[in-house]
Amino acid sequence: MGLIVSLGAVLAIVVVAWIGGQVPGLQGLFGIVVPYVAFVTFLFGFMYKVVNWARSPVPFRIPTTGGQEFSLPWIKWSKLDNPSTTAGVVGRMALEILLFRSLFRNTRAEHRSGWLIYGPSKWLWLAALGFHYAFFTIAIRHLRLFTQPIPGLIEAIDKIDGMFQIGAPPIYITDVVFILAVGFLFCRRLFLPKVRYISLPADYFPLFLLLAIGTTGILMRFFFRVDIVNVKALAMGLASFHPVIPEGIGAIFFIHITLVSSLFAYFPFSKLMHMGGVFMSPTRNLANNSRMKMHINPWRTPPKFHTYEEYEEKYRDLMKDAGIPLERE
Amino acid sequence: MYDAGKVIIGLVIFFCFFTFAFWYNMGKAAPAPKPKLDTPVIKKMVKKQCIEGTHFMRTTHMQLLNHLRDQALRQGNRWYTNKRGEKVWISLQNTCLKCHSNKKEFCDKCHNYVGVDPYCWDCHFDPNRSKL
Repeated sequence: MGLIVSLGAVLAIVVVAWIGGQVPGLQGLFGIVVPYVAFVTFLFGFMYKVVNWARSPVPFRIPTTGGQEFSLPWIKWSKLDNPSTTAGVVGRMALEILLFRSLFRNTRAEHRSGWLIYGPSKWLWLAALGFHYAFFTIAIRHLRLFTQPIPGLIEAIDKIDGMFQIGAPPIYITDVVFILAVGFLFCRRLFLPKVRYISLPADYFPLFLLLAIGTTGILMRFFFRVDIVNVKALAMGLASFHPVIPEGIGAIFFIHITLVSSLFAYFPFSKLMHMGGVFMSPTRNLANNSRMKMHINPWRTPPKFHTYEEYEEKYRDLMKDAGIPLERE
Repeated sequence: MYDAGKVIIGLVIFFCFFTFAFWYNMGKAAPAPKPKLDTPVIKKMVKKQCIEGTHFMRTTHMQLLNHLRDQALRQGNRWYTNKRGEKVWISLQNTCLKCHSNKKEFCDKCHNYVGVDPYCWDCHFDPNRSKL
């Protein structure tokens, strides 16, 4: 069900952009207004979410860890998996963000000849890492259309990405990795019954959206060619706040940019916010130093005690009349 | 907000990173290039047309050139029949650059603008500016 709803939503975006991109009066809407609105939504939605998270107190350390905490000198301490210092936390965060260490620990339980066997399972880690680095490189590469003169680093990345020089324009390595990795992540949801059971439209929709973005990009580069000089003129117009719609940009371009705008606008309200969330994750970014430092609950106010002395003072006469023994006469 | 200092630093980095294109281009005008067609050979032409239509050449010339390269060098067939039915001798230096003898003002203008560095010139050279 979620699968069909998500696919329908992405196809609806494609159809709307396709039709809109061919109506001359609507090209400004799909080429200028929608991208700007989507980008502003992304920027401020993202910051709003992060600030909102930062306002939630995290009163205590939450050491869900994959290793031995710092204790006694003769017990081996797992410095990166269970850090008790800031440097250790930086190391753990770096490994998590750059190499997806916690996904690398993924295991798989299987029944084999009557035994329950746990074994490593790295495919998810590999596809996730491949997808994220490919997508990041693709995003950086696209800056060649948004900058003039193009920074050398971006040109170098573009050149390395196309270093196999297959065809003209050359095939990018990241395009291949992106499609394969997103395809894997999608097939995993589709064919593994346990993963499929817990999959929601919010899981399928980003995958379809990413696949559609990749597909339209590749189609535009290799099959339904558009005039790249005009595309850059449009992109530069957006980046320099002098938006223009040049002549003769094909419908495929409007589909591509509308899909990307949808991704930007959807981003702050979706699971994709793990981009900011990974930095805010209390189980990753707090040192496990509960036994070294006093952590005080931030909303703590001194509790109101009613001591026995005050009680006795209040009810002294009644207690005396009833013959109850008093501590102070 | 808890850990306000760290969170704000993070958000500033986020903001600057994603708005890179906006502040990088600030105050710089970068009009789209217009490749020049005023070479002596083109000026003499009565009907100014390339081997295929302008829109096709603008969008797809790289695929056509790649295809022609394969046809000429791998299949040994140096005659290309275009959509108008004319036969064209396949040669970058003798056919393409005969009219477009201004590589710097023609090829390089757009290629530099969109950050494309075609490897044509790994093998070919520009006969009008023999740089060998």
